[in-house]
Amino acid sequence: MKALETKDLCKNFGGLRAIRDVSIIVEEGERRAIIGPNGAGKTTLFHLISGFLLPTLGSVTLFGRDVTRLQIHQRAELGISRTFQVTNLFQKLTLFDNILLGVQAMQRSRSCFWRPLSSFHDTTRETERILREWSLWEKRDVPVKNLSYGEQRQIEVILALATQPRLLLLDEPTAGLSAAESASMTSFIKGLPPEITIILIEHDMDVAFEIADKITVLYFGSVLAEGPPGEIRGNAKVTEVYLG
Amino acid sequence: MRTAGMSTSRLLTALIAVLVALLLPFVVSPYYVGLAVQICIYAIFAASLDILVGHTGLPSMGHAAYFGAAGYATAFLCLAGVKSFWLSLVVGAAVGSATAALFGLLALRAQGPYFMIISMALAQVLWGVAFKWRSLTRGDDGIPGIRRPSLGIGVDLKPDLHFYYFILIISILAYLAIYLIARSPFGCALRGIRESESRMKALGYNVWLHKYTAFILAGCFAGVSGILWVFYSGYVNPTDLGIDLSVKGLLMIILGGSGMLFGPATGAALIVLLQNIISGLTQRWSLIMGIIYVAAVMLFSEGILSMFKRGRE
Repeated sequence: MKALETKDLCKNFGGLRAIRDVSIIVEEGERRAIIGPNGAGKTTLFHLISGFLLPTLGSVTLFGRDVTRLQIHQRAELGISRTFQVTNLFQKLTLFDNILLGVQAMQRSRSCFWRPLSSFHDTTRETERILREWSLWEKRDVPVKNLSYGEQRQIEVILALATQPRLLLLDEPTAGLSAAESASMTSFIKGLPPEITIILIEHDMDVAFEIADKITVLYFGSVLAEGPPGEIRGNAKVTEVYLG
Repeated sequence: MRTAGMSTSRLLTALIAVLVALLLPFVVSPYYVGLAVQICIYAIFAASLDILVGHTGLPSMGHAAYFGAAGYATAFLCLAGVKSFWLSLVVGAAVGSATAALFGLLALRAQGPYFMIISMALAQVLWGVAFKWRSLTRGDDGIPGIRRPSLGIGVDLKPDLHFYYFILIISILAYLAIYLIARSPFGCALRGIRESESRMKALGYNVWLHKYTAFILAGCFAGVSGILWVFYSGYVNPTDLGIDLSVKGLLMIILGGSGMLFGPATGAALIVLLQNIISGLTQRWSLIMGIIYVAAVMLFSEGILSMFKRGRE
Protein backbone atom coordinates (compact mmCIF):
# COMPACT_ATOMS: atom_id res chain seq x y z
CA MET A 1 0.00 0.00 0.00
CA LYS A 2 1.12 3.53 -0.69
CA ALA A 3 1.69 5.52 2.50
CA LEU A 4 1.98 8.77 0.62
CA GLU A 5 1.34 9.89 -2.90
CA THR A 6 1.62 13.45 -4.18
CA LYS A 7 0.41 14.24 -7.68
CA ASP A 8 1.66 17.28 -9.61
CA LEU A 9 2.03 19.22 -6.37
CA CYS A 10 2.66 22.94 -6.81
CA LYS A 11 3.02 25.71 -4.27
CA ASN A 12 3.50 29.33 -5.22
CA PHE A 13 4.33 32.14 -2.83
CA GLY A 14 3.40 35.14 -4.95
CA GLY A 15 5.72 34.90 -7.93
CA LEU A 16 7.99 32.33 -6.31
CA ARG A 17 7.32 28.75 -7.38
CA ALA A 18 8.54 26.96 -4.27
CA ILE A 19 7.28 23.52 -5.30
CA ARG A 20 6.81 22.61 -8.97
CA ASP A 21 4.96 19.52 -10.16
CA VAL A 22 6.29 17.23 -7.47
CA SER A 23 4.92 13.71 -7.79
CA ILE A 24 6.33 11.19 -5.37
CA ILE A 25 5.14 7.84 -4.08
CA VAL A 26 6.32 6.44 -0.76
CA GLU A 27 5.42 2.82 -0.02
CA GLU A 28 4.37 1.68 3.44
CA GLY A 29 7.38 0.78 5.57
CA GLU A 30 9.77 2.67 3.34
CA ARG A 31 12.57 4.91 4.64
CA ARG A 32 12.77 7.87 2.31
CA ALA A 33 15.22 10.75 2.52
CA ILE A 34 14.60 14.06 0.84
CA ILE A 35 17.74 16.01 0.17
CA GLY A 36 18.55 19.16 -1.72
CA PRO A 37 20.35 22.47 -1.37
CA ASN A 38 19.00 25.29 0.80
CA GLY A 39 15.78 26.73 -0.61
CA ALA A 40 15.01 23.61 -2.66
CA GLY A 41 11.55 23.38 -1.08
CA LYS A 42 12.08 20.45 1.28
CA THR A 43 10.34 21.96 4.28
CA THR A 44 7.61 23.45 2.06
CA LEU A 45 6.95 19.93 0.78
CA PHE A 46 6.64 18.73 4.41
CA HIS A 47 4.21 21.56 5.14
CA LEU A 48 2.11 20.49 2.13
CA ILE A 49 2.09 16.85 3.24
CA SER A 50 1.25 17.60 6.88
CA GLY A 51 -1.28 20.32 6.09
CA PHE A 52 0.52 23.41 7.41
CA LEU A 53 0.26 24.77 3.86
CA LEU A 54 -2.35 24.09 1.20
CA PRO A 55 -1.07 23.44 -2.32
CA THR A 56 -1.70 25.84 -5.19
CA LEU A 57 -2.27 22.84 -7.47
CA GLY A 58 -2.09 19.08 -7.21
CA SER A 59 -3.12 16.56 -4.59
CA VAL A 60 -1.85 14.72 -1.52
CA THR A 61 -3.01 11.18 -0.75
CA LEU A 62 -2.29 9.47 2.58
CA PHE A 63 -2.90 5.72 2.88
CA GLY A 64 -5.21 5.84 -0.14
CA ARG A 65 -7.22 8.82 1.09
CA ASP A 66 -7.18 12.21 -0.58
CA VAL A 67 -6.27 14.68 2.16
CA THR A 68 -5.50 17.72 -0.01
CA ARG A 69 -8.13 19.86 1.70
CA LEU A 70 -7.97 18.36 5.20
CA GLN A 71 -6.76 20.36 8.19
CA ILE A 72 -3.57 19.51 10.07
CA HIS A 73 -5.26 17.70 12.96
CA GLN A 74 -7.47 15.69 10.62
CA ARG A 75 -4.39 14.42 8.80
CA ALA A 76 -2.77 13.59 12.15
CA GLU A 77 -5.79 11.42 12.93
CA LEU A 78 -5.04 9.40 9.79
CA GLY A 79 -1.69 8.46 11.31
CA ILE A 80 0.72 11.14 10.17
CA SER A 81 3.09 12.76 12.66
CA ARG A 82 5.89 15.24 12.13
CA THR A 83 8.82 16.91 13.81
CA PHE A 84 10.16 20.39 13.20
CA GLN A 85 13.45 21.72 11.92
CA VAL A 86 13.55 24.24 14.79
CA THR A 87 12.84 22.35 18.01
CA ASN A 88 9.13 22.74 18.74
CA LEU A 89 8.33 21.40 22.20
CA PHE A 90 6.22 22.67 25.09
CA GLN A 91 9.15 24.45 26.66
CA LYS A 92 7.72 25.39 30.05
CA LEU A 93 5.91 22.10 30.62
CA THR A 94 7.60 19.12 32.23
CA LEU A 95 8.97 16.30 30.12
CA PHE A 96 6.14 14.12 31.46
CA ASP A 97 3.47 16.58 30.32
CA ASN A 98 5.15 16.96 26.93
CA ILE A 99 4.99 13.24 26.19
CA LEU A 100 1.56 12.98 27.80
CA LEU A 101 0.19 15.54 25.34
CA GLY A 102 1.45 13.32 22.54
CA VAL A 103 -0.08 10.17 24.03
CA GLN A 104 -3.37 11.91 24.78
CA ALA A 105 -3.63 13.42 21.29
CA MET A 106 -5.12 10.26 19.79
CA GLN A 107 -7.45 9.45 22.68
CA ARG A 108 -11.05 10.45 23.18
CA SER A 109 -10.24 11.74 26.66
CA ARG A 110 -8.32 14.67 25.20
CA SER A 111 -11.32 17.01 25.33
CA CYS A 112 -12.62 15.92 28.73
CA PHE A 113 -12.64 18.92 31.07
CA TRP A 114 -14.53 17.59 34.07
CA ARG A 115 -12.16 14.84 35.24
CA PRO A 116 -8.59 15.24 36.47
CA LEU A 117 -5.86 14.12 34.13
CA SER A 118 -4.38 11.84 36.76
CA SER A 119 -7.52 9.69 36.71
CA PHE A 120 -6.85 8.60 33.11
CA HIS A 121 -4.55 5.73 33.95
CA ASP A 122 -4.15 4.50 30.36
CA THR A 123 -2.66 7.85 29.37
CA THR A 124 -0.33 8.19 32.34
CA ARG A 125 0.80 4.55 32.14
CA GLU A 126 1.58 4.84 28.43
CA THR A 127 3.50 8.07 29.08
CA GLU A 128 5.49 6.31 31.78
CA ARG A 129 6.19 3.36 29.46
CA ILE A 130 7.54 5.66 26.75
CA LEU A 131 9.72 7.62 29.17
CA ARG A 132 11.14 4.41 30.64
CA GLU A 133 11.69 2.92 27.18
CA TRP A 134 13.96 5.83 26.24
CA SER A 135 15.57 6.04 29.71
CA LEU A 136 14.09 9.47 30.36
CA TRP A 137 11.94 8.55 33.35
CA GLU A 138 14.34 10.15 35.84
CA LYS A 139 13.90 13.50 34.10
CA ARG A 140 10.10 13.40 33.97
CA ASP A 141 9.59 16.45 36.23
CA VAL A 142 12.15 18.68 34.50
CA PRO A 143 10.75 21.47 32.32
CA VAL A 144 11.85 20.70 28.78
CA LYS A 145 13.59 24.06 28.41
CA ASN A 146 16.09 22.93 31.06
CA LEU A 147 17.14 19.83 29.11
CA SER A 148 20.18 19.85 26.83
CA TYR A 149 19.76 20.63 23.14
CA GLY A 150 20.68 17.08 22.17
CA GLU A 151 18.03 15.68 24.51
CA GLN A 152 15.46 18.13 23.14
CA ARG A 153 16.17 16.96 19.57
CA GLN A 154 15.61 13.37 20.68
CA ILE A 155 12.41 14.30 22.54
CA GLU A 156 11.27 16.10 19.39
CA VAL A 157 11.18 12.67 17.70
CA ILE A 158 9.85 10.76 20.72
CA LEU A 159 6.95 13.20 21.03
CA ALA A 160 6.06 12.64 17.37
CA LEU A 161 6.17 8.88 18.02
CA ALA A 162 3.89 9.15 21.05
CA THR A 163 0.85 9.48 18.78
CA GLN A 164 1.72 6.03 17.32
CA PRO A 165 1.95 7.27 13.74
CA ARG A 166 2.00 5.11 10.61
CA LEU A 167 3.86 7.84 8.72
CA LEU A 168 6.55 9.86 10.42
CA LEU A 169 7.96 13.03 8.87
CA LEU A 170 11.33 14.06 10.32
CA ASP A 171 12.49 17.55 9.42
CA GLU A 172 16.29 17.57 9.85
CA PRO A 173 16.43 15.50 13.02
CA THR A 174 20.18 16.03 13.32
CA ALA A 175 20.10 19.82 12.85
CA GLY A 176 22.60 21.46 15.17
CA LEU A 177 23.83 18.19 16.72
CA SER A 178 27.48 17.31 17.26
CA ALA A 179 29.00 14.45 15.27
CA ALA A 180 28.57 12.05 18.19
CA GLU A 181 24.98 13.13 18.88
CA SER A 182 24.23 12.93 15.18
CA ALA A 183 25.49 9.36 15.06
CA SER A 184 23.35 8.32 18.02
CA MET A 185 20.33 10.04 16.45
CA THR A 186 21.00 8.08 13.25
CA SER A 187 21.03 4.76 15.04
CA PHE A 188 17.97 5.87 17.03
CA ILE A 189 16.04 6.47 13.80
CA LYS A 190 17.32 3.26 12.23
CA GLY A 191 16.07 1.39 15.29
CA LEU A 192 12.48 2.62 14.99
CA PRO A 193 9.83 -0.06 14.32
CA PRO A 194 10.02 -1.16 10.65
CA GLU A 195 6.26 -0.81 10.13
CA ILE A 196 6.49 2.97 10.54
CA THR A 197 7.00 4.70 7.22
CA ILE A 198 9.60 7.43 7.58
CA ILE A 199 10.29 10.40 5.36
CA LEU A 200 13.18 12.53 6.49
CA ILE A 201 14.70 15.76 5.34
CA GLU A 202 18.42 15.68 5.90
CA HIS A 203 21.28 18.02 5.29
CA ASP A 204 23.90 15.55 6.41
CA MET A 205 24.52 13.24 3.43
CA ASP A 206 26.04 10.47 5.52
CA VAL A 207 22.93 10.32 7.69
CA ALA A 208 20.62 10.33 4.66
CA PHE A 209 22.55 7.60 2.86
CA GLU A 210 22.71 5.47 5.99
CA ILE A 211 19.02 5.60 6.89
CA ALA A 212 17.23 5.74 3.54
CA ASP A 213 16.11 2.94 1.22
CA LYS A 214 15.43 5.55 -1.43
CA ILE A 215 16.41 9.17 -1.89
CA THR A 216 14.56 12.02 -3.58
CA VAL A 217 16.66 15.02 -4.60
CA LEU A 218 14.82 18.33 -4.77
CA TYR A 219 16.29 21.24 -6.69
CA PHE A 220 14.49 24.57 -7.12
CA GLY A 221 11.19 22.96 -6.15
CA SER A 222 11.37 20.07 -8.64
CA VAL A 223 12.44 16.46 -8.33
CA LEU A 224 15.90 16.29 -9.86
CA ALA A 225 16.54 12.62 -9.22
CA GLU A 226 15.09 9.72 -7.30
CA GLY A 227 16.50 6.30 -6.52
CA PRO A 228 18.40 4.08 -4.11
CA PRO A 229 21.38 5.69 -2.32
CA GLY A 230 23.98 4.03 -4.57
CA GLU A 231 22.30 5.35 -7.70
CA ILE A 232 21.99 8.88 -6.29
CA ARG A 233 25.63 8.90 -5.31
CA GLY A 234 26.60 8.11 -8.90
CA ASN A 235 24.12 10.49 -10.53
CA ALA A 236 25.98 13.16 -12.49
CA LYS A 237 23.24 15.81 -12.20
CA VAL A 238 23.05 15.42 -8.43
CA THR A 239 26.80 15.61 -8.09
CA GLU A 240 26.77 18.79 -10.11
CA VAL A 241 24.12 20.70 -8.15
CA TYR A 242 24.55 19.30 -4.73
CA LEU A 243 27.36 17.02 -3.83
CA GLY A 244 29.85 19.24 -5.62
CA MET B 1 3.89 18.65 40.72
CA ARG B 2 2.57 15.12 40.98
CA THR B 3 4.49 14.49 44.17
CA ALA B 4 2.36 13.95 47.25
CA GLY B 5 4.16 16.67 49.24
CA MET B 6 3.08 19.45 46.97
CA SER B 7 -0.56 18.51 46.85
CA THR B 8 -0.61 18.14 50.65
CA SER B 9 0.74 21.64 51.13
CA ARG B 10 -1.78 22.93 48.59
CA LEU B 11 -4.61 21.20 50.38
CA LEU B 12 -3.39 22.62 53.68
CA THR B 13 -3.25 26.15 52.27
CA ALA B 14 -6.75 25.75 50.89
CA LEU B 15 -8.08 24.44 54.21
CA ILE B 16 -6.50 27.30 56.16
CA ALA B 17 -7.91 29.83 53.71
CA VAL B 18 -11.39 28.34 54.03
CA LEU B 19 -11.12 28.24 57.83
CA VAL B 20 -10.08 31.89 57.95
CA ALA B 21 -12.96 32.79 55.66
CA LEU B 22 -15.44 30.88 57.84
CA LEU B 23 -14.31 32.57 61.06
CA LEU B 24 -13.95 36.02 59.53
CA PRO B 25 -17.39 37.45 60.46
CA PHE B 26 -16.68 36.73 64.14
CA VAL B 27 -13.37 38.58 64.08
CA VAL B 28 -13.73 41.64 61.85
CA SER B 29 -16.34 44.36 61.42
CA PRO B 30 -19.21 44.03 58.91
CA TYR B 31 -17.38 46.45 56.61
CA TYR B 32 -14.56 43.97 56.14
CA VAL B 33 -17.03 41.12 55.68
CA GLY B 34 -18.36 43.17 52.77
CA LEU B 35 -14.84 43.35 51.35
CA ALA B 36 -14.52 39.59 51.78
CA VAL B 37 -17.64 39.17 49.65
CA GLN B 38 -16.02 41.33 46.96
CA ILE B 39 -12.84 39.27 47.14
CA CYS B 40 -14.79 36.03 46.69
CA ILE B 41 -16.59 37.37 43.64
CA TYR B 42 -13.48 38.87 42.03
CA ALA B 43 -11.61 35.64 42.71
CA ILE B 44 -14.04 33.79 40.43
CA PHE B 45 -13.80 36.56 37.85
CA ALA B 46 -9.98 36.51 37.88
CA ALA B 47 -9.84 32.70 37.88
CA SER B 48 -12.16 32.55 34.86
CA LEU B 49 -9.94 35.06 33.04
CA ASP B 50 -6.91 32.99 33.99
CA ILE B 51 -8.30 30.06 31.97
CA LEU B 52 -7.63 32.28 28.95
CA VAL B 53 -4.57 34.24 30.04
CA GLY B 54 -2.62 31.84 32.22
CA HIS B 55 -3.52 28.49 30.72
CA THR B 56 -4.31 29.12 27.06
CA GLY B 57 -2.06 32.17 26.57
CA LEU B 58 -4.91 34.33 25.25
CA PRO B 59 -4.47 37.86 26.65
CA SER B 60 -8.14 38.89 26.73
CA MET B 61 -8.72 42.57 27.47
CA GLY B 62 -12.51 42.38 27.37
CA HIS B 63 -13.42 39.92 30.07
CA ALA B 64 -15.82 42.37 31.75
CA ALA B 65 -18.20 41.81 28.82
CA TYR B 66 -19.33 38.42 30.18
CA PHE B 67 -19.43 39.66 33.78
CA GLY B 68 -21.59 42.64 32.82
CA ALA B 69 -23.79 40.81 30.31
CA ALA B 70 -24.71 38.28 32.98
CA GLY B 71 -25.17 41.14 35.45
CA TYR B 72 -27.63 42.91 33.19
CA ALA B 73 -29.44 39.63 32.51
CA THR B 74 -29.84 39.18 36.27
CA ALA B 75 -31.15 42.72 36.64
CA PHE B 76 -33.71 42.25 33.86
CA LEU B 77 -34.85 38.98 35.42
CA CYS B 78 -35.21 40.72 38.76
CA LEU B 79 -37.24 43.52 37.16
CA ALA B 80 -39.43 40.84 35.57
CA GLY B 81 -40.14 39.50 39.04
CA VAL B 82 -37.89 36.44 39.09
CA LYS B 83 -36.74 35.76 42.66
CA SER B 84 -35.09 32.36 42.34
CA PHE B 85 -31.31 32.42 42.60
CA TRP B 86 -31.02 29.17 40.69
CA LEU B 87 -32.92 30.48 37.69
CA SER B 88 -30.78 33.65 37.73
CA LEU B 89 -27.66 31.50 37.94
CA VAL B 90 -28.64 29.36 34.95
CA VAL B 91 -29.72 32.33 32.84
CA GLY B 92 -26.72 34.46 33.85
CA ALA B 93 -24.20 31.69 33.15
CA ALA B 94 -25.94 31.01 29.83
CA VAL B 95 -25.79 34.70 28.87
CA GLY B 96 -22.09 34.86 29.83
CA SER B 97 -21.38 31.72 27.77
CA ALA B 98 -23.44 32.88 24.80
CA THR B 99 -21.73 36.28 24.72
CA ALA B 100 -18.36 34.55 24.85
CA ALA B 101 -19.46 32.13 22.13
CA LEU B 102 -20.30 35.06 19.87
CA PHE B 103 -17.23 37.18 20.69
CA GLY B 104 -14.95 34.15 20.52
CA LEU B 105 -15.96 33.53 16.91
CA LEU B 106 -14.67 37.01 16.05
CA ALA B 107 -11.74 37.44 18.45
CA LEU B 108 -10.11 34.03 17.91
CA ARG B 109 -9.39 34.90 14.30
CA ALA B 110 -6.67 37.23 15.62
CA GLN B 111 -3.42 36.49 17.45
CA GLY B 112 -1.33 38.19 20.12
CA PRO B 113 -1.74 41.98 20.37
CA TYR B 114 -4.47 41.93 17.70
CA PHE B 115 -6.43 39.51 19.83
CA MET B 116 -6.04 41.89 22.79
CA ILE B 117 -7.39 44.81 20.79
CA ILE B 118 -10.31 42.91 19.29
CA SER B 119 -11.34 41.43 22.63
CA MET B 120 -11.25 44.93 24.13
CA ALA B 121 -13.18 46.49 21.24
CA LEU B 122 -15.94 43.86 21.44
CA ALA B 123 -16.41 44.50 25.15
CA GLN B 124 -16.54 48.24 24.49
CA VAL B 125 -19.35 47.65 21.99
CA LEU B 126 -21.43 46.08 24.77
CA TRP B 127 -20.46 48.95 27.08
CA GLY B 128 -21.62 51.41 24.40
CA VAL B 129 -24.94 49.62 24.03
CA ALA B 130 -25.53 49.68 27.79
CA PHE B 131 -24.54 53.34 27.94
CA LYS B 132 -26.65 54.57 25.01
CA TRP B 133 -29.75 52.36 24.96
CA ARG B 134 -31.45 54.28 27.75
CA SER B 135 -34.93 52.88 27.23
CA LEU B 136 -33.65 49.38 28.01
CA THR B 137 -30.67 49.87 30.32
CA ARG B 138 -31.33 53.36 31.73
CA GLY B 139 -27.90 54.38 30.44
CA ASP B 140 -25.27 55.38 32.96
CA ASP B 141 -27.86 55.67 35.71
CA GLY B 142 -27.82 51.92 35.76
CA ILE B 143 -30.51 49.68 37.22
CA PRO B 144 -30.71 49.98 41.01
CA GLY B 145 -32.78 48.17 43.59
CA ILE B 146 -31.99 44.57 42.74
CA ARG B 147 -33.05 42.48 45.71
CA ARG B 148 -31.17 39.53 47.07
CA PRO B 149 -32.62 36.34 45.61
CA SER B 150 -34.38 33.53 47.40
CA LEU B 151 -32.85 30.07 47.46
CA GLY B 152 -36.09 28.16 47.86
CA ILE B 153 -34.56 26.00 50.61
CA GLY B 154 -35.65 28.01 53.62
CA VAL B 155 -32.46 30.06 53.96
CA ASP B 156 -33.01 33.82 54.04
CA LEU B 157 -30.23 35.75 52.29
CA LYS B 158 -31.25 39.17 53.59
CA PRO B 159 -29.00 39.14 56.67
CA ASP B 160 -25.47 40.04 55.58
CA LEU B 161 -23.99 37.12 57.48
CA HIS B 162 -26.14 34.59 55.58
CA PHE B 163 -25.32 36.30 52.33
CA TYR B 164 -21.58 36.16 53.08
CA TYR B 165 -21.61 32.42 53.72
CA PHE B 166 -23.75 31.85 50.67
CA ILE B 167 -21.31 33.78 48.43
CA LEU B 168 -18.39 31.96 50.05
CA ILE B 169 -19.85 28.54 49.27
CA ILE B 170 -20.71 29.41 45.67
CA SER B 171 -17.25 30.93 45.18
CA ILE B 172 -15.48 27.89 46.53
CA LEU B 173 -17.54 25.63 44.28
CA ALA B 174 -16.87 27.80 41.21
CA TYR B 175 -13.18 28.03 42.05
CA LEU B 176 -12.98 24.25 42.43
CA ALA B 177 -14.74 23.77 39.10
CA ILE B 178 -12.21 26.05 37.39
CA TYR B 179 -9.39 24.18 39.12
CA LEU B 180 -10.80 20.90 37.85
CA ILE B 181 -10.86 22.26 34.30
CA ALA B 182 -7.23 23.34 34.68
CA ARG B 183 -6.22 19.86 35.93
CA SER B 184 -8.17 17.96 33.25
CA PRO B 185 -6.79 16.59 29.97
CA PHE B 186 -8.46 19.59 28.34
CA GLY B 187 -6.62 21.99 30.68
CA CYS B 188 -3.31 20.30 29.91
CA ALA B 189 -4.04 20.68 26.20
CA LEU B 190 -4.69 24.40 26.78
CA ARG B 191 -1.23 24.77 28.29
CA GLY B 192 0.18 22.89 25.31
CA ILE B 193 -1.52 25.45 23.05
CA ARG B 194 -0.02 28.25 25.15
CA GLU B 195 3.45 26.77 24.62
CA SER B 196 3.16 25.81 20.94
CA GLU B 197 0.08 25.94 18.76
CA SER B 198 1.86 24.45 15.76
CA ARG B 199 3.06 21.44 17.72
CA MET B 200 -0.42 20.82 19.13
CA LYS B 201 -1.85 20.89 15.60
CA ALA B 202 0.84 18.50 14.39
CA LEU B 203 -0.01 16.10 17.22
CA GLY B 204 -3.64 16.09 16.10
CA TYR B 205 -5.40 18.54 18.40
CA ASN B 206 -8.11 20.79 17.01
CA VAL B 207 -6.51 23.93 18.39
CA TRP B 208 -9.26 26.33 17.35
CA LEU B 209 -11.96 24.23 19.02
CA HIS B 210 -9.94 23.99 22.24
CA LYS B 211 -9.49 27.77 22.33
CA TYR B 212 -13.13 28.34 21.53
CA THR B 213 -14.28 25.96 24.26
CA ALA B 214 -11.93 27.66 26.72
CA PHE B 215 -13.41 31.00 25.71
CA ILE B 216 -16.96 29.82 26.39
CA LEU B 217 -16.05 28.21 29.73
CA ALA B 218 -14.27 31.41 30.79
CA GLY B 219 -17.32 33.44 29.77
CA CYS B 220 -19.59 31.11 31.73
CA PHE B 221 -17.66 31.54 35.00
CA ALA B 222 -17.23 35.29 34.44
CA GLY B 223 -21.02 35.32 34.09
CA VAL B 224 -21.41 33.54 37.42
CA SER B 225 -19.23 36.18 39.10
CA GLY B 226 -21.30 38.92 37.41
CA ILE B 227 -24.54 37.52 38.83
CA LEU B 228 -23.13 37.36 42.34
CA TRP B 229 -21.82 40.91 42.00
CA VAL B 230 -25.23 42.30 41.04
CA PHE B 231 -26.89 40.53 43.97
CA TYR B 232 -24.17 41.89 46.25
CA SER B 233 -24.26 45.51 45.09
CA GLY B 234 -27.97 45.54 44.25
CA TYR B 235 -27.11 47.61 41.24
CA VAL B 236 -25.84 47.21 37.68
CA ASN B 237 -24.43 49.93 35.45
CA PRO B 238 -22.22 50.20 32.33
CA THR B 239 -18.96 50.17 34.33
CA ASP B 240 -19.66 46.48 35.01
CA LEU B 241 -18.94 46.01 31.28
CA GLY B 242 -16.10 48.50 31.10
CA ILE B 243 -12.41 48.38 30.34
CA ASP B 244 -11.58 49.26 33.98
CA LEU B 245 -12.95 45.96 35.20
CA SER B 246 -11.30 43.98 32.38
CA VAL B 247 -7.92 45.46 33.22
CA LYS B 248 -8.50 44.97 36.93
CA GLY B 249 -9.00 41.26 36.22
CA LEU B 250 -5.71 41.12 34.35
CA LEU B 251 -3.90 42.91 37.17
CA MET B 252 -5.30 40.47 39.70
CA ILE B 253 -3.79 37.62 37.70
CA ILE B 254 -0.46 39.39 37.25
CA LEU B 255 -0.22 40.34 40.91
CA GLY B 256 -1.30 36.93 42.17
CA GLY B 257 0.44 34.80 39.57
CA SER B 258 -1.17 33.37 36.45
CA GLY B 259 -1.64 29.68 35.84
CA MET B 260 -1.44 28.94 39.56
CA LEU B 261 -4.18 27.58 41.80
CA PHE B 262 -4.18 30.40 44.35
CA GLY B 263 -2.94 33.12 42.00
CA PRO B 264 -6.24 34.73 40.95
CA ALA B 265 -7.69 34.60 44.48
CA THR B 266 -4.55 36.15 45.97
CA GLY B 267 -4.57 38.87 43.33
CA ALA B 268 -8.26 39.57 43.94
CA ALA B 269 -7.67 39.87 47.69
CA LEU B 270 -4.65 42.14 47.22
CA ILE B 271 -6.39 44.51 44.86
CA VAL B 272 -9.66 44.77 46.78
CA LEU B 273 -7.81 45.40 50.05
CA LEU B 274 -5.27 47.82 48.57
CA GLN B 275 -7.95 49.82 46.83
CA ASN B 276 -9.99 50.14 50.01
CA ILE B 277 -7.09 50.90 52.30
CA ILE B 278 -5.53 53.48 49.99
CA SER B 279 -8.80 55.19 49.14
CA GLY B 280 -9.33 55.59 52.89
CA LEU B 281 -6.00 57.36 53.25
CA THR B 282 -5.98 59.76 50.32
CA GLN B 283 -8.23 61.17 47.67
CA ARG B 284 -5.53 60.53 45.09
CA TRP B 285 -5.84 56.79 45.60
CA SER B 286 -6.14 56.01 41.90
CA LEU B 287 -2.71 57.58 41.34
CA ILE B 288 -1.19 55.33 43.98
CA MET B 289 -2.98 52.28 42.59
CA GLY B 290 -1.59 53.22 39.18
CA ILE B 291 1.94 53.24 40.54
CA ILE B 292 1.37 49.88 42.19
CA TYR B 293 0.05 48.46 38.91
CA VAL B 294 3.08 49.72 36.99
CA ALA B 295 5.42 48.28 39.61
CA ALA B 296 3.54 44.98 39.52
CA VAL B 297 3.81 44.70 35.75
CA MET B 298 7.53 45.52 35.87
CA LEU B 299 8.33 43.17 38.73
CA PHE B 300 6.06 40.30 37.73
CA SER B 301 7.18 40.25 34.12
CA GLU B 302 6.22 36.59 33.73
CA GLY B 303 2.67 37.83 33.34
CA ILE B 304 1.94 40.43 30.78
CA LEU B 305 5.39 40.71 29.23
CA SER B 306 5.58 37.08 28.23
CA MET B 307 2.19 37.55 26.59
CA PHE B 308 3.62 40.28 24.40
CA LYS B 309 6.55 38.07 23.56
CA ARG B 310 4.20 35.36 22.40
CA GLY B 311 2.36 37.86 20.28
CA ARG B 312 5.51 38.75 18.38
CA GLU B 313 6.45 35.18 17.55
